[in-house]
Amino acid sequence: MGYGAYVPIYRLEASEVNRVWGGVGVPVEEKSVVAPDEDTVTISVEAAKQAVKRSGIDPSEIGAVYVGTESKPYAVKPSGTIVAEAIGATPSVSTADYEFACKAGTEAMQNCIALVGSGMHRYAMAIGADTAQGRPADALEYTAACGGAAFIFAERGADTVAYLEASYSYVTDTPDFWRRSKEMYPRHGNRFTGEPAYFKHIHGASKGLLEETGYNPEDFDYAVFHQPNTKFPIRVGRSLGFTMEQIDPGLLAPKIGNTYAGSTPVGLAATLDVAEPGAKIFAVSYGSGSGSDAFVFTVQEAITGKRGGPKLARFIERKKYVDYATYLRFRGQIIQ
Amino acid sequence: MRKVAVAGVGLVKVSEHWEKPIWGLFADAALQAVKDAGSDDVDSLYVGNMSGSLMQDQLNMGALMADALARPGLHAVRVEAGSASGGVAFHEAVKAVASGYSDCALVAGVEKMSDVLPEVAAKSLVMEEEQEYSAYTGVTRAGLSAMLHRLYMDLYSEPAEVGMMAVQSHENAVGCRHAQYPFRMSIERAMDSPMEADPIHMMECAGVGDGAAAVVLVPADAAGVEVAATAVATDYCSLAMREDPLTLGAVMKAAEKAYRMADVKPGDIDLAEVHDDYTINGVLSLESLGLVEAGKAAKLVAEGGAARDGSIPTNTFGGLKARGNPLGATGVYQVAEVALQLRGSAGDHQVEGAEVGLAQNMGGMGSTCAVTILRRLAP
Amino acid sequence: MSVPRYWREEVPRYRLLGKECTGCGTRFFPARPVCTVCGSTEFKDYKLAEAGEVVTWTVIRNPPTGFEKYRPYVVALLELDDGVRLLSQVVDVDPEEVHAGMRVEAVFRRVKEDGNAGIIQYGYKFRPVVE
Repeated sequence: MGYGAYVPIYRLEASEVNRVWGGVGVPVEEKSVVAPDEDTVTISVEAAKQAVKRSGIDPSEIGAVYVGTESKPYAVKPSGTIVAEAIGATPSVSTADYEFACKAGTEAMQNCIALVGSGMHRYAMAIGADTAQGRPADALEYTAACGGAAFIFAERGADTVAYLEASYSYVTDTPDFWRRSKEMYPRHGNRFTGEPAYFKHIHGASKGLLEETGYNPEDFDYAVFHQPNTKFPIRVGRSLGFTMEQIDPGLLAPKIGNTYAGSTPVGLAATLDVAEPGAKIFAVSYGSGSGSDAFVFTVQEAITGKRGGPKLARFIERKKYVDYATYLRFRGQIIQ
Repeated sequence: MRKVAVAGVGLVKVSEHWEKPIWGLFADAALQAVKDAGSDDVDSLYVGNMSGSLMQDQLNMGALMADALARPGLHAVRVEAGSASGGVAFHEAVKAVASGYSDCALVAGVEKMSDVLPEVAAKSLVMEEEQEYSAYTGVTRAGLSAMLHRLYMDLYSEPAEVGMMAVQSHENAVGCRHAQYPFRMSIERAMDSPMEADPIHMMECAGVGDGAAAVVLVPADAAGVEVAATAVATDYCSLAMREDPLTLGAVMKAAEKAYRMADVKPGDIDLAEVHDDYTINGVLSLESLGLVEAGKAAKLVAEGGAARDGSIPTNTFGGLKARGNPLGATGVYQVAEVALQLRGSAGDHQVEGAEVGLAQNMGGMGSTCAVTILRRLAP
Repeated sequence: MSVPRYWREEVPRYRLLGKECTGCGTRFFPARPVCTVCGSTEFKDYKLAEAGEVVTWTVIRNPPTGFEKYRPYVVALLELDDGVRLLSQVVDVDPEEVHAGMRVEAVFRRVKEDGNAGIIQYGYKFRPVVE
């Protein structure tokens, strides 16, 4: 029914990380960094407000607000309560926060689809957002980034911007990346996060959905994959038979890094910003732990009138660079 | 209502009085004033204090200070009106004597800011603002003043001209025994100092200090220093609610009431003690008091108009900037200083032929203002 | 920070919800019990414009307690497109970029926290308009 996305203004270049730690990696060019007064809730509110505005609906009719994140500001108190209050969805609303590493946002989407599909709610909003924390000197420090997107689901109609054809979730117990509850930083299995984790589950979900729908990669105009860095989504997309033309519009990691639970949602939003009515979108997330959610969306006529205001590309090009010390300061990683 | 006069004055040097508790500072000033008045028939006590509850965890200060003076049974109360606590406490004491309720009122302003860290002192200043929509922005008193400073500069003056308010205050403080910073300061030093809140430089801001000042009030006689007028007015708290932010409405209204009560015009004022916690506030005070035309005060001060021999001698012992600004005590310092001038006992700070003097004390961003006019009674 | 005090102001802060006097139509933010223009005590809810411009501003370099980690930050007097004025921080901007007349729009941000264990306080700030 409507969608919105947001990326904060600050950027940290991979070269700046290398300057400090003496490394040479460039898994992405630069990543987005929150200002000290931003967090997953504020990012979610920005994306949600844009979604509500574009949808044209009365926010008090939203029946559910689900936020998927692995950086929720409160361990106990759903981010959704604050987002729902901020957008005027309260009090007739259900909210909860979802966790499934980087696929928490698409988890929220799956459940909103179920709420609307079952007739329980007229509108349900799913948000994927994160302010991912990178351990200094760790490989993931280059890419752990901040951003989010929000989607309002409704019964398919003439006023919806894209309709869901099918979705499929593929989950196993694969401990490739995790964080114990009182730890500040996650841990990961390094190369183990590749084949047995990211690739296996995206393949599993993609193959499963393609088989069920009978589609082939050529049937799609766009393919959006979870983007922990620049290379993985290209590799997995190509290995499934997709082309760079299909992958490129939704590939934002080089410029903003990995927004974790925001990653696939934000890639999907960027794709919706440019897709023409009738276009088919194949979107697959990946969350460590592990699992993938795959979706097929077809874009509708109404989209052309419902993507006003600044598009994600505008937020991506709006940037100010910070040096490494300022980055640590903004992320609260300096001991005082 | 009978006329009231200032019978005695007591002043403690504004400084960091580490060894003195707040009642100790109070007692120093109070006993000085009582001695100076030549009588100890005090039957009411008004204590001006702004932040004792935050800085000393101390409420019920009227009773505490009466206790310190060994005066059980005394009518005593603390008056709080932000930074205008001193001026408003003075006002209350005047009413008590004028009405006949009291025959000898002691007013003492006291503050001990050195008991807390600078951030807490800054917080106490912002506690004078509306909390949920002004203070919640993280703004400080310096910041609010800076916004007015910027507007004033855009319309009327160079930065250095407003800065001269601090330079003149320092010039006037040289040799003053009760001043916190009794030394000259150049405009270069002020303008080179780091920014406090752009565009205000640190050296344009009054500092933090401890102090106490006291005044004894009695029914007026044929000779002495008469309280010709005392008036209090308020204004909407937030700058967002001000039609013209550069007009301090509370100052204007309190001044109008005071001039009417004293039956004087602004031109009759021989000297003024104004609230220059930030240079811009001193400048705007001169204008809102009607002592200088709107937009002209910074230039006038820069050209020497506020010097002892200028057209409107201002802050003759250093004002808030150089004499000091111990919050709740400031208003009483101002009145005491005007009284000294009118008695002719201002020494090197004497304004020749001073007959009528004005003291202006503000709380919040001019949301409370107390204006006092004293007059020399000649037999 | 008092939880009730914070909770009470959530909706006005989160949604920029003020009041309009039913007597004379004057708009206020925040709400007040008595209209400053006509003295009426009857009001209805009014949603403020979410964009406006800078009237004047400053840069806070010595914050009060609770705001230290954000220094330096810009605080401005804003006039919204509906004529209502308010004080607010201006974010996502370098202090040197701020100027009178700069167009700004409302955003939702953290204001401060009550240590590591207390509540997080959110509210409105403004940023240069993103077209």
